[in-house]
Amino acid sequence: MIEGLAAIYIFMLAGFTGYEIISKVPVILHTPLMSGSNFVHGIVLVGAMFALGIAETTTQQVIGFIAVLLGAGNAVGGYVVTERMLEMFNPSKEKTKGEES
Amino acid sequence: MDMIIQASYLIAAVLFILGLKQMSSPVTARRGILWAGAGMVLATLVTFLTPEVIDSAQASTNITLIIVAIAIGGGYAWYSGRKVAMTDMPQMIAMYNGMGGGAAAAIAAVELLKASSEAAADPSGATTIASTLGTDVAILAILGAVIGTISFSGSIIAWAKLDGRLSLSRILPKQHLVNAVLAIATVGFAIAIYFSADINTIIIFFVLALILGVFITVPVGGADMPVIISLFNALTGLAVGFEGYVLGNAAMIIAGIVVGSAGSLLTQLMAKAMNRSVANVFFAGVGTDAAAPAGEGIEGVMKEIQAQDAGILMAFASQVIIIPGYGMAVAQAQHKIWELTQILNEKGVSVKFAIHPVAGRMPGHMNVLLAEAGVPYDKIYDMDDVNAGFKNTTVALVIGANDVVNPSAKNDSSSPLYGMPILNAFEAENVIVIKRGRGTGFSGMENPLFFADNTKMLFGDGQKAASELIQAVKEL
Repeated sequence: MIEGLAAIYIFMLAGFTGYEIISKVPVILHTPLMSGSNFVHGIVLVGAMFALGIAETTTQQVIGFIAVLLGAGNAVGGYVVTERMLEMFNPSKEKTKGEES
Repeated sequence: MDMIIQASYLIAAVLFILGLKQMSSPVTARRGILWAGAGMVLATLVTFLTPEVIDSAQASTNITLIIVAIAIGGGYAWYSGRKVAMTDMPQMIAMYNGMGGGAAAAIAAVELLKASSEAAADPSGATTIASTLGTDVAILAILGAVIGTISFSGSIIAWAKLDGRLSLSRILPKQHLVNAVLAIATVGFAIAIYFSADINTIIIFFVLALILGVFITVPVGGADMPVIISLFNALTGLAVGFEGYVLGNAAMIIAGIVVGSAGSLLTQLMAKAMNRSVANVFFAGVGTDAAAPAGEGIEGVMKEIQAQDAGILMAFASQVIIIPGYGMAVAQAQHKIWELTQILNEKGVSVKFAIHPVAGRMPGHMNVLLAEAGVPYDKIYDMDDVNAGFKNTTVALVIGANDVVNPSAKNDSSSPLYGMPILNAFEAENVIVIKRGRGTGFSGMENPLFFADNTKMLFGDGQKAASELIQAVKEL
């Protein structure tokens, strides 16, 4: 489906994209962004679902089950933690800042 | 149907990239996670429609298992992520990251086992994993398996260390040598898998990779933990990207590689902020073994100060710079510190917060905590912006920070911290250090600042000390 040269293009462009996203980030967002990227690789859940979905033997089902379990933990946990962290950057705090300066 | 699924994965990948992009600015950061979240929900839902899954021989069992696994894994993560205190965020990130690495490794395991049984079915024995899967898929499946497994067990150790459940700094004598041998053995078995179809080879390979992840993380000093977590985050991304190629899933490839490269850069930025190379973090183990100096050559004694006197000093100061560290996080003192700041402001004292790039357990950790307490951004300064200002500062208040203000990093070439940029708190007219006890910091190194003539120690828990300071300033 995605093979050879096309795959290399995707790998390369995705690599540049990641580099580009991080290179201009203020320090205060490093932790939220690390947490956010931690959430994004939770997409592994999709692969895990696929692996379990096409499992044929009990062994494959067991390992696939573990994969989905862990993948779901990564995706959901990553989201919750990131969301909680970013909640602190809400606009009402900006207002406080304005009043004081 | 396949078209819709592929298009949905592509949309999900775009949402991830745009979400991350928005997370890189404080104004749009909140929207960013919502976008990325929408991408994740979309990708997850369409996966249920995949023809291979629906047409699988055991479709109903498998789909039930998927839903049960998502409910358990997701439910647990939702609960733990909601419940955890802000200060414990770094270890939770480590754990969720480890889960992702484990998932990638498990996907690789399923693929390799499947290929192994297929290859074993050929009685001539000429069939190998490489010939079953194809060269490119086999290589990336195995690479993803190594990286994912190391990231899994390593992250769990990082979580345990940060959570205070594990204080081990080494398992065996000559740990680094053992690790090197183990690493070579793991690579050896990885190559062996490629050229064989033997199921035992695969099992031994995974066990070795698991142990390797544990062994390389155990000697890493606590102060270096942020770098390691960030590195494992990048590694999990790579593993996910590689397994995405194995499964032919574009969303996994793009999201995984984006995280892999972004995480690598972030890791480098962090290591640079500590003036260490990533390799150094792995092999030096600052403060974990005999390499740490006992603080010889430091002369003088620590001078204690009472909250009353410290309060007076600060209330009549022209400028106060507050330097928070992990100790503030542990004591949950950020709210009290902000209250103190407001009271000092009312008295006409200018108060700034100085944040070292690696203060706390992660870059930006302190900023998050201060934001939680409601401290506005414009009072928070980065190291480079604030360092010149210490000379005109009446009081530098160090709360729970240690290594980031250790002058040894500047003037003692024998110190393992030497060369790390620090906050120049020692240049302030007075330095007040709130500290729980007389012990050394997380890196295990003595701090000459605490013995300096202009330094006074205010011993006690951060929150209690801050409350006492507030009381003292109020009473004036």
